[in-house]
Amino acid sequence: MNRRSDPTFDYLIAGARIIDPESGLDKVGDIYVKGKKITRIETEKLISIRKKDRKIIDARGKICCPGLIDIHTHLREPGREDEETIYTGSLAAVAGGFTTILCMPNTQPPLDDQESINFIYEKAKTAKCKVYPIACITAGREGKQLTEMADLKNAGAVGISDDGDPVSDPRILRHALEYSKMVDLPVISHCEDLSLSKDGVMNEGFVSTVLGLRGIPSIAEETIVARDIRLAEFTGARLHIAHVSTSGSVELIREAKKRKLNVTSEATPHHLTLTDESIKSFDTNCKVNPPLRTRKDVDAVIKGLKDGTIDCIATDHAPHSEEEKDVEFDYAPFGMIGLETALGLVTTELVEKNHLSWLQTIARLTLNPARIFDLQQGKIKVGAPADLTVIDPELEWEVVPSGLKSKSKNTPFGGWKLKGKAWMTMVDGKVVHILKT
Amino acid sequence: MKKRNIRNQKTKKLKSKHLLGLEGMEKQEIDLILDTAESFKEILMRPIRKVPTLRAVTVVNLFYEPSTRTRISFELAEKRLSADLVSFSANTSSVKKGETLKDTVKNIEAMKIDVVVIRHPSPGAPHFIARYLDSKVINAGDGAHEHPTQALLDIFTLREKYKKLKGLKVTIVGDILHSRVARSNIWGLTTMGAEVCVCGPTTLMPYEIERMGVKAYSKLDQALEGRDVVMVLRIQLERQKSGLLPSLREYTNTFGITKDRLKGLNKNFTIMHPGPLNRGIEITPEVADGPYSVILDQVTNGVAIRMAILYLLSGGEKEVE
Repeated sequence: MNRRSDPTFDYLIAGARIIDPESGLDKVGDIYVKGKKITRIETEKLISIRKKDRKIIDARGKICCPGLIDIHTHLREPGREDEETIYTGSLAAVAGGFTTILCMPNTQPPLDDQESINFIYEKAKTAKCKVYPIACITAGREGKQLTEMADLKNAGAVGISDDGDPVSDPRILRHALEYSKMVDLPVISHCEDLSLSKDGVMNEGFVSTVLGLRGIPSIAEETIVARDIRLAEFTGARLHIAHVSTSGSVELIREAKKRKLNVTSEATPHHLTLTDESIKSFDTNCKVNPPLRTRKDVDAVIKGLKDGTIDCIATDHAPHSEEEKDVEFDYAPFGMIGLETALGLVTTELVEKNHLSWLQTIARLTLNPARIFDLQQGKIKVGAPADLTVIDPELEWEVVPSGLKSKSKNTPFGGWKLKGKAWMTMVDGKVVHILKT
Repeated sequence: MKKRNIRNQKTKKLKSKHLLGLEGMEKQEIDLILDTAESFKEILMRPIRKVPTLRAVTVVNLFYEPSTRTRISFELAEKRLSADLVSFSANTSSVKKGETLKDTVKNIEAMKIDVVVIRHPSPGAPHFIARYLDSKVINAGDGAHEHPTQALLDIFTLREKYKKLKGLKVTIVGDILHSRVARSNIWGLTTMGAEVCVCGPTTLMPYEIERMGVKAYSKLDQALEGRDVVMVLRIQLERQKSGLLPSLREYTNTFGITKDRLKGLNKNFTIMHPGPLNRGIEITPEVADGPYSVILDQVTNGVAIRMAILYLLSGGEKEVE
């Protein structure tokens, strides 16, 4: 049979190690894609890759998994298109292996009404990956008045958050949780007691003592994690805790899960790999919120990710212009980009160091985040959209900030040698990223 | 004699191009600075207190925070060495809105200069500009981080009095949390073999300070028992407003250095203060002006230390005549 004209598929990803956390599949096989969908998964009778065929993607030695999902990105549009747009953010996403990203609503203006959600979907039409907006919990992110959550949900918001800021007033958060239950939207909490973190620029610890920089204590996060868990328990609502950074938070969430509460959480690649020691050079790219913590915290977060206390890995991709970051440490804004380094960091620091298996890692980047937000993505299944990521687990590469697709280059990982990279990214059956070999 | 002193140091240099802090600075380097300062102090005691050593050197003093003593001390040191100097002071709030620090220093450097002395409220600001400049950078105090020239002049003053620093028991009392003087002195003094402890209210004691190689006390009597030196830090009224202290009155009652409290100290003890003094708050006038106080010697030595640093960073190749 002439494969070149085989009408039964548009693409055949051949010979990859297929890993699908939902079915538990971890086997070498072929995936057939026709149109936007996966049409066949073959692990028995594999095709022999003999001659060149444009439709056959030779993925031998690589891992094919569901397209990665990042539930925590800042795309800066509308408002700061000089730092990132939905389009450039999507370029960074697919280069990093992400096929679905959720964008946070702390734009200017914030995403707090139906119109703004429509705007995101309109802009996302040209994006390389799927982009779903998260809407604000309160109008203007001011922590005072609830947003029109039913409307926002109808417009396509997949969750609500005032990320960047906490909802400081517990009464407002209580009502937000109650109301969110009615419209069935998860509430994402940025856990920070602003009074305890006041004026802080890095973790409060030995390093801040030496550097004389004002500290953000671990309790600024943990007191709010504890409070929000109680509020979730009281209201019975779905609570997702963003960017967990301290061992105390991990402990609180572990205990909440033990009690079967509806609480989920995420950790960022940088909180899994960096400590406050990296601030000793006053590198403002290491200034993030929550701050980089101590070794003990990093170890606890890794342990939490391992035992399922932390459900997923999310980047908190936060682009900032060079002008804003290239200033005195105190004056720089918080945040680092992460879409293009996440997979390499996770492979190098978690998989290679035997903290997590590939199956566990991929679950935390696909199925688990999809479940939290009721997304259909995150699985390899016949009939499902062909959102797929092919990872080259052996590829060694160096992070070169100027070569990144993101419009902003604020990463502290420049010069890091990483192992593992997205080799090909497919969204709805279309190859949106492929490395030239 | 003094001439030979300097000449012997001709080949010696500081390891770093800049003076950003005392953390990590080696004993030999501190010794070199102290020895050099000793020679310069002799010059200061002459009737004509000026040497042509840095005639070709241009220094810019950038003060982003109010300072009287440190600024005058640097300016005098520069003048005594015949350097050309320009001083610039600004309050950061107005500067923040306008030109960035990076642009400011790059512009100044474009006018051809050799040394930048910087005082800034944000820790790391000197390190930040050092990344962009070919000029040498001297940290004249960056937030609560470091104030290396102050610590060096303190160490110099102690060496002058005790001849050796090893085993000297020094207690730093006050607002350790916000003190760059404390941090630089801890690094410098411990490197020189002194035994340092810190004492202050628990709210003004930074996290895990003991990992810097000091013992921490919150009881003044314990911290003063059997010590040689008490370094008293300035306490600021803001600490009361920001909830760190109940009142200055209680601070004075608990941590104020009075004559009574000096009883446990070793014979031949020394009282120091980096200034400016809050007389009657952290230290009584009686103690500040007492015979064991070296507060004014510290100020004199400050000029000599700064001359030494300017000289050593500028290459140290020219001789003092």
